[in-house]
Amino acid sequence: MSLLFDILSSVGMWEAVLRIATPLIFGTLGVLLCERVGVLNLGIEGIMTFGAMVGWLTVYSGGNLWLGLLAAAAGGALFGLLHGVLTALLGLSQHVTGLGITLFASSFSYFVFRLAVPTASSPPTVEPFRAYPVPVLSEIPFLGPVLFNQTAPTYLALGLVAVLAYVLYRTPLGLAIRMTGENPHAVDAQGIDPIRLRIGTIMAGSALMGVGGAFLTLAAFNSFFPTMVQGRGWICVALVVFALWQPGRALLGALLFAFFDAFQLRLQTVVDGVPYQLFLMLPYVLSIVALIVMARRARVPQALMQPYRRGER
Amino acid sequence: MRFERREHPSTTLNLLAPLGAVLAALIVAGLLIAIAGANVFEAYGLILKGAFGSRLGFSETLTRATPLILTGLAAAVAFRARLWNIGAEGQFYVGALAVAAFGMIPAVAGLPAPLAIVLCLGVGAVAGMILLLLPLGLRLKFGVDEVVTSLLLNFIAVLFVSMMIEGAMKDPLAFGWPQSVPVPDNAVLPKLMARTRLHAGLLIALAMAVAVWWLQARTVFGMRARAAGLSPRAAAFAGVPLGRTLVAVACLSGGLAGLAGAIEVMGVKGYVTTDLSPSYGYSGIVIAMLANLNPIGVIGAALFSAVMFVGADSMSRALGIPSYIADVTVALSLLTMLVALFLTQYRISR
Amino acid sequence: MTRVLELEHITKRFGTVTANEDVSLHLEQGEIVALLGENGAGKTTLMSILFGHYTADVGTVRVNGAELPPGKSRAAIRAGVGMVHQHFALAPNLSVLENVMTGTEPLWKLRSDRAAGRAKLLELSQRFGLAVDPEARIADLSVGECQRVEILKALYNDAEVLILDEPTAVLTAQEAESLFATLREMAAKGLSLIFISHKLHEVMSASDRVVVLRAGKVVAERATKATSKEELAELMVGRAVKRPERPPARPGAVLLEAVDVTLGGKGGASLLGISFKLHAGETLGIIGVSGNGQTTLAGLVSGLYPPDGGALLVKGQTPARHDVPHAIAAGIGRIPEDRNVEGTIGDMSTWENAVLERIWSPEFSSRGVVKRAASKAATEAILRDYDVRGATVDGRIRLLSGGNMQKLILGRVLTAGPDILVAAQPSRGLDEGAIAGVHERLLDARGRGAGVLLISEDLDEVIALSDRIRAIVGGRLSPAIPAERANAQLLGLMMAGDWSAAEQIEAEAPPHEI
Repeated sequence: MSLLFDILSSVGMWEAVLRIATPLIFGTLGVLLCERVGVLNLGIEGIMTFGAMVGWLTVYSGGNLWLGLLAAAAGGALFGLLHGVLTALLGLSQHVTGLGITLFASSFSYFVFRLAVPTASSPPTVEPFRAYPVPVLSEIPFLGPVLFNQTAPTYLALGLVAVLAYVLYRTPLGLAIRMTGENPHAVDAQGIDPIRLRIGTIMAGSALMGVGGAFLTLAAFNSFFPTMVQGRGWICVALVVFALWQPGRALLGALLFAFFDAFQLRLQTVVDGVPYQLFLMLPYVLSIVALIVMARRARVPQALMQPYRRGER
Repeated sequence: MRFERREHPSTTLNLLAPLGAVLAALIVAGLLIAIAGANVFEAYGLILKGAFGSRLGFSETLTRATPLILTGLAAAVAFRARLWNIGAEGQFYVGALAVAAFGMIPAVAGLPAPLAIVLCLGVGAVAGMILLLLPLGLRLKFGVDEVVTSLLLNFIAVLFVSMMIEGAMKDPLAFGWPQSVPVPDNAVLPKLMARTRLHAGLLIALAMAVAVWWLQARTVFGMRARAAGLSPRAAAFAGVPLGRTLVAVACLSGGLAGLAGAIEVMGVKGYVTTDLSPSYGYSGIVIAMLANLNPIGVIGAALFSAVMFVGADSMSRALGIPSYIADVTVALSLLTMLVALFLTQYRISR
Repeated sequence: MTRVLELEHITKRFGTVTANEDVSLHLEQGEIVALLGENGAGKTTLMSILFGHYTADVGTVRVNGAELPPGKSRAAIRAGVGMVHQHFALAPNLSVLENVMTGTEPLWKLRSDRAAGRAKLLELSQRFGLAVDPEARIADLSVGECQRVEILKALYNDAEVLILDEPTAVLTAQEAESLFATLREMAAKGLSLIFISHKLHEVMSASDRVVVLRAGKVVAERATKATSKEELAELMVGRAVKRPERPPARPGAVLLEAVDVTLGGKGGASLLGISFKLHAGETLGIIGVSGNGQTTLAGLVSGLYPPDGGALLVKGQTPARHDVPHAIAAGIGRIPEDRNVEGTIGDMSTWENAVLERIWSPEFSSRGVVKRAASKAATEAILRDYDVRGATVDGRIRLLSGGNMQKLILGRVLTAGPDILVAAQPSRGLDEGAIAGVHERLLDARGRGAGVLLISEDLDEVIALSDRIRAIVGGRLSPAIPAERANAQLLGLMMAGDWSAAEQIEAEAPPHEI
């Protein structure tokens, strides 16, 4: 019992929750945006990988960290454009297109990485984002170091939740996005091109996925290695269902998830006799459980996965 | 610009689609090779040479194609019925692991070889089935989309394999390496060519392709599965039992992926590790799509992928182009195939 | 009077098909014009050109005298023309206000002015008597309320000309009446309206002027007062189509009997205790407004769902299993409500569509292997005997017209020689010629001794084909009246749930006929 208490009362544990949650927040918001406009983006796993690689490569070749994030966002948006053209314009299967983009983006990332670093036994590192203690606020006992001693991208992720919620629920653009995810015909009838809106939104969502990937190489770790995304993208897809497509709940889901992840990491080191793989399975098992719990309650965007072609109903 | 549905999709176009798709993927990959600073024709020449140029290379290509045919079939049968089985990777691993576990039963080592082989193959297939029935059950029972669950199960399956080969199934003679105890000798698949890795699994894979084709094209089950995939409501109205049909499709699909794992461990490696599959499961998706879900086409598509993978290895050594170019080309061909299929269905007009 | 809308000499071709040929149409302020025509007459294409979804090959569109630029989807809306679609363009998960406001503000505005939007919506809703709650979720509204939202959406865009596409297709009789009252009021307040329809009685009752479109051309224009249903019918169809006459019935034994059946609706209304008997050699018509349990009833008899309570007896027996193969094996032939969604699979071949529902029979398979040659031969026979045009045995069925698809469905059902025939909305969406053909087949089946359960929303069809008629209202069946006693008024009462007259008529009938 005291063991549990030790873990749960340690600042390090809670600090880690926010850190672990950050890429999930970016990724989940990205998936959420795409699904709100009616497109399932299974490209996320690959796009995060590409973001991680491009972010790292930019900084490794002399760019600053923010340029790295920007490059990751741009790279993500580019794959988003590809996804958008294939699914929104041509109306191809969103499942297969997304998987195709994941396979392509990951293998392309590894290819470019190997090209940049042909022979290195241990992956070269960059100087990552350092924690930025917010003046005054970080002095608050316990809460201070947990909430206000994070890296800049973490603050960015938290801010984005609010921005995205505002855009979705308070602006004409957000309304048009939600409407497109529900009924693209209605949007078209009102003179907004749902296909363009879909492509644009997928690009924005994919940019967020790219940034989420870059967080891994530029803040959480300091180098790139293949398969480093480890299914985080798929977890984000599950989290969006858990979040019932609402940004606030997406944050909650990511935090909850990160909590379990941080907790199992610490539990692993103190519990004997249980294979560590069981702990590592936890995030994936939890994602499946989250899907089961929410499946019946979910108010799925009605036009999700429905291609829109003018004149076809 | 708008797209009009072609009223009569032509058969010629349908046959040309995969060729066009592969060509387009090769051109884009060629650009990457050029950017990387190598001569494109030399690179492709080396890939072909690596894959076909020697007895060893050729046998490697066929060895590589064997599991790819099976995972490709697994994806093709599932997708036809609109069952999104993205979990072939995990099913492959549990199939392989199940064979190794089955081999640990003392009595198995005493069986005559043909019986041991058949039993082991069966065990692997059943393990794959079970892993796919799980997400299908969640879909039928709770309405959970099987795409994400079958994907997540891949990670769980590999972690489970890792746990077993470092724990209960660890080979005590492997100098501490995490690998399973070997498959008993009587369950090892016979070689097809001496001094190569090519084994009888290839024949099984080819037979499966023909069997799946026959099932789909000639049987009531095949017709019902296709109907259920194309239009669940119309299929239900025509009396197709949707749930049962999907379960049968899942057994077939998961079984084929599990069989792929079983054959790989019984034919090539002899024991299970966590790098048994260079993502055979995911490549299966590409192969199925390239084949336009046609089981016979899967053979060709699997060969193409195998050529790329085997050839790129030797090309990479010669030219210093990362061998990931093979993965890039194969993944690209999935995307170009999607576009090619679109163009067989629609024409672009203004 | 001022001309608010003018379509002049519109011609539009798709490849070799001419959808509109030299169509001219105008609308005066404060007027209600009905655009009458059968499916495929070119009504939809014409409206798509007006709204810029298609560009006309020849011709111009003027709103208030100003020519609209062709192919600009926003132009008509900006000029004050609003469209109320037959399939509502609404988002079920969003609120009324959100649905109405979508696309009405500049997309990049930083804050949506919901208060102003709400005020404008309430003002419009008051002015035209279209009551709605701005915060209600669309999914919680009735069909009639949804249509109100659609109209408000157009008005919110400052529309002065409203186009309504088949506005009553999904409404109950009462809702349709109140809709037309609203339209009258809107016209009186200066709006101008066009409604598209193929229903003669509503054209006669609600319009000032009728424009008849046939095969892409305007064939006639009449002041409503100066024409008749009969004249319009002939103009619309182009020839006098005679539907077949119903010979007297020779009812036999009870083939199908429902005893107090309850069944929870599967995506439709539930059945709350229905009982009926269907005799050999007769047609029992079930009339009703869409959404009162027809789909569930058809599904029940078709073998899709077993009853939750009560019993469904086929030839006096409870079927061993209540599923589709057993239903078909017991002699039930099924004509589905929706040919495209339930009846056929567009991407499968004609022969597969023809045999799929009986693929288990020894005729078409043995030991799980499809008898392809026999299946194709049987399909060939259906195509020939039922005059299915444009189909090949191996071709995809998607390419067939509605009428030919229905012929194929009739063929596959009737060649099995069913004793009981369930026909749900058998002539929905078909043109007059095809309807006559379908009716003939249904009467033939009855003539050879089958019991026909006809579920339809079309009064004329039910009266013409049925020997006895029941109304379905809220999942319950009214008493049965003989067709001879049926008229529009009585059926209207029955469909509205007033069954006193019907009860009396049923009481007078000899007991064996019930």
